[in-house]
Amino acid sequence: MFGSLDWSTLQQFWWLIVSVVGSLFVFLTFVQGGQTLLLTIPGSEDEKTLMVNSLGRKWELTFTTLVLFGGAFYASFPLFYATSFGGAYWVWILILFTFIVQAVSYEYRRKPGNFLGQKTYEVFMFINGSVGVLLIGAAVGTFFTGSNFTLNEFNLVKWTHPLRGLEAAFSLFNLSFGVFLVFLARTLGALYLANSLDHDGLVARLKKSSFNNLLCALPFLLYVLVSLLLMDGYAVNPVDGTVSLEANKYLGNLLQMPLNLILLLAGLVLVVLGVVVNRFTASVRGIWPAGLGTVLTCLAIFFVAGYNNTSFYPSKADIASSLTIYNASSSHYTLTMMSYVALTVPFVLAYIVWVWRQMDSKKLTIDELAADKKSY
Amino acid sequence: MIEQIDLSMVNWARATFALTAMYHWVFVPLTLGLSFLCAFFETIYVRTGNEQWKKLTRFWMTLFGINFAIGVATGIILEFEFGTNWSNYSWMVGDIFGAPLAIEGILAFFLEATFFAVMFFGWNRVSKKFHLFSTWMVAAGSNLSALWILVANGWMQYPIGMKFNPDMARFEMQDLWAVISSPIAISHFVHATSSGFLLSSLFVVGISSWYLLKKRHIQFAKRSIAVACVFGLLSSIFVAFTGDEHAFLTVRTQPMKLAAMEALYDGHEPTGLTAIGIVNSDKEPGDDQDAFSFKIEIPGMLTLLAHRSFEGFVPGINDLVFGNAEHGITSIEEKIKRGKLAVAGLADYKKAKAADDQVQAGQALSLFDANRDFLGYGYLNSADEAVPPVALTFYAFRIMVGLGTFFILLFLVYIYLLEKRQLENKTFVLKLGFISLFLAWIASQAGWIVSEVGRQPWAIQDMLPVTIARSNLDTGTVMTSFFMFLILFTALLIAELKIMTKQISIGPEGE
Repeated sequence: MFGSLDWSTLQQFWWLIVSVVGSLFVFLTFVQGGQTLLLTIPGSEDEKTLMVNSLGRKWELTFTTLVLFGGAFYASFPLFYATSFGGAYWVWILILFTFIVQAVSYEYRRKPGNFLGQKTYEVFMFINGSVGVLLIGAAVGTFFTGSNFTLNEFNLVKWTHPLRGLEAAFSLFNLSFGVFLVFLARTLGALYLANSLDHDGLVARLKKSSFNNLLCALPFLLYVLVSLLLMDGYAVNPVDGTVSLEANKYLGNLLQMPLNLILLLAGLVLVVLGVVVNRFTASVRGIWPAGLGTVLTCLAIFFVAGYNNTSFYPSKADIASSLTIYNASSSHYTLTMMSYVALTVPFVLAYIVWVWRQMDSKKLTIDELAADKKSY
Repeated sequence: MIEQIDLSMVNWARATFALTAMYHWVFVPLTLGLSFLCAFFETIYVRTGNEQWKKLTRFWMTLFGINFAIGVATGIILEFEFGTNWSNYSWMVGDIFGAPLAIEGILAFFLEATFFAVMFFGWNRVSKKFHLFSTWMVAAGSNLSALWILVANGWMQYPIGMKFNPDMARFEMQDLWAVISSPIAISHFVHATSSGFLLSSLFVVGISSWYLLKKRHIQFAKRSIAVACVFGLLSSIFVAFTGDEHAFLTVRTQPMKLAAMEALYDGHEPTGLTAIGIVNSDKEPGDDQDAFSFKIEIPGMLTLLAHRSFEGFVPGINDLVFGNAEHGITSIEEKIKRGKLAVAGLADYKKAKAADDQVQAGQALSLFDANRDFLGYGYLNSADEAVPPVALTFYAFRIMVGLGTFFILLFLVYIYLLEKRQLENKTFVLKLGFISLFLAWIASQAGWIVSEVGRQPWAIQDMLPVTIARSNLDTGTVMTSFFMFLILFTALLIAELKIMTKQISIGPEGE
């Protein structure tokens, strides 16, 4: 089945898969966003515990999706994996650090004998939700602004900036992208928590918070979108694979891929709809339209970065070294085999949905946590 | 191909990876076995309806959860370190190596992550049977995850199912099934997971023995020991058999590793196995010094292990370094010479292709093809570089095997005493059981030292030395991140140990 597809179709198919995993990851950063809300939203220790326990039942899904995102990139676009991780060293090391400290925080926070203290783990959670997501946003921003690397004739990477990736955070576009993701994660976190908790006071505050965080996200989103439409992009010549700068490349991508434009607009509308419904009606189910909208918006952004003969990881130091989905991918054989493996993804999603429904059919209450010595 | 090789950077990168892997392997083996033990305990609870078994399950599950979190944290670093510290490796073999990692994510991690939440928080939210199913799924997921990472590791030890693509300057996969079903990969998986079961059983036995010594939670401890001892005994016997199979395969695929494990310099027919020995650390390949200051040998045993008969040649380090025409062994010098021809052929091929000189490209490719099997050796500067640290590999192997044998005897004694209802009075045995909790980790880490130190200098056996696999980073950068990881992992390990010991001291009554 997949073996009969030509290499470029498989490469595009795998960009789609990586985009889906990346977009699901962004949706699941509601856990990170929720973690940053722990400082401001809860009015008591019980309320904080309630929020932590709701988020704590989902943190592993976000973590695992990040690992899968890395694994999928490694298997399908190993040259990107090698170039970005080996080159933009410090940005990735710092991102990893924020995720290491998050992984233990839920489990250790309130356990007896915890020598770092409860507050330390709450700070860890906040760092993961703010710095971690900000840096991820800055790293994704380089898909459009480019990075400082060169590749030799054997495709071995050399980074040309002493900050080794951290310089990405000093670009206004990348930084805005990162800040937008932080506020989006907070918006989604508030929506998720409002839907999962049985606590009127807390839910009312979360509903307000989701709206306020969306308002904070909008200027940054606007800046990112306008910049994206106006900036020069890195176009790939489909015949010889050479990369060159093209004025308004990303605007062109949206216009030349109208379905993608619809995807982007529909996604944004759904996010706003989810938040508005939550804020101005009695409904607490805004997480679902907003979540779907997040996935659609992210998909559109990934598609703009990689499709329509575009370099998804451009080099500012040497434009000829820029990575495209064609020159950075695995072999035809590996992409074929991995495509068969990817057929299992719907089954994985199905059991995740099933278990999610089983666990969340009843809202979480303070009384339940008080009776459960295993709670976080 | 590589402009400058900064050996100090390579060594810091190796140290960082070794640090992360060893920390990871503190937590993971416990996860592998304890998840199954929890599943056994809960199955007994569901079948009998006895609430004591539920309490027991929940207690061991708590310790599993504390350990699991940090195992996950160190695991993510390992995956991404391939990119950060070994980016040349990531490019050159990513076409093959990335696949098992991605499959691990899809098929194992999500299983584990999804059902983990039910296992811990679903007691009053889902039915008893669904909860039990979730516990089994977590056990399956954690062990499936080990399968895929050990398939990847097995491929690094014995690279098959691939070819080198000179146009892309990388190795590419040709047969996924060959990679997955590689005998070394399977052998690695069964040996490592069963050693994890063994370690977890000793963990349960050790803590339960401590309760018996303190005369606390007597019934709880005896129940735990009964299940853990049976699981542990079966696992330890399996570990011994798979270890034997592993050594048998190592002779054929990594003869230098086996020679280092035995500190064997000159092969004989038949060759004895050194039971105990003190390695002469001044000994160099080719000199006249004795390899040992002292040793006790079992005659013919190594040949028996290597060939399953008393006939057959087991090559020593000197045979492998200097060659042995009688047994058809090519010297390392010759391999290096041919490897350098392959490297030069590849460089000339790339240049000729860039200049669109088809004739020159064809000649260069022929030179490369004639020597491609020795490509990795082309990056070595001397034959000595192909010899792993002998003393470390030798001692680690003996610690692993010696302790493994002791554990089998320990489980037999525990089962006998349990059967005779005398266990709680045997203070010496209980103390031994408690100490074995720590010995299990020493054996487990020693096993990985044998496996990974024994295959140096190769990132991919015979194909890619670690000096070429590294990222283009300066020493200071890698050294800084090494210390960052060291401090963070150590702090988290201390936190885990304090939480674990507190939880153990509280005991099952707190459940």
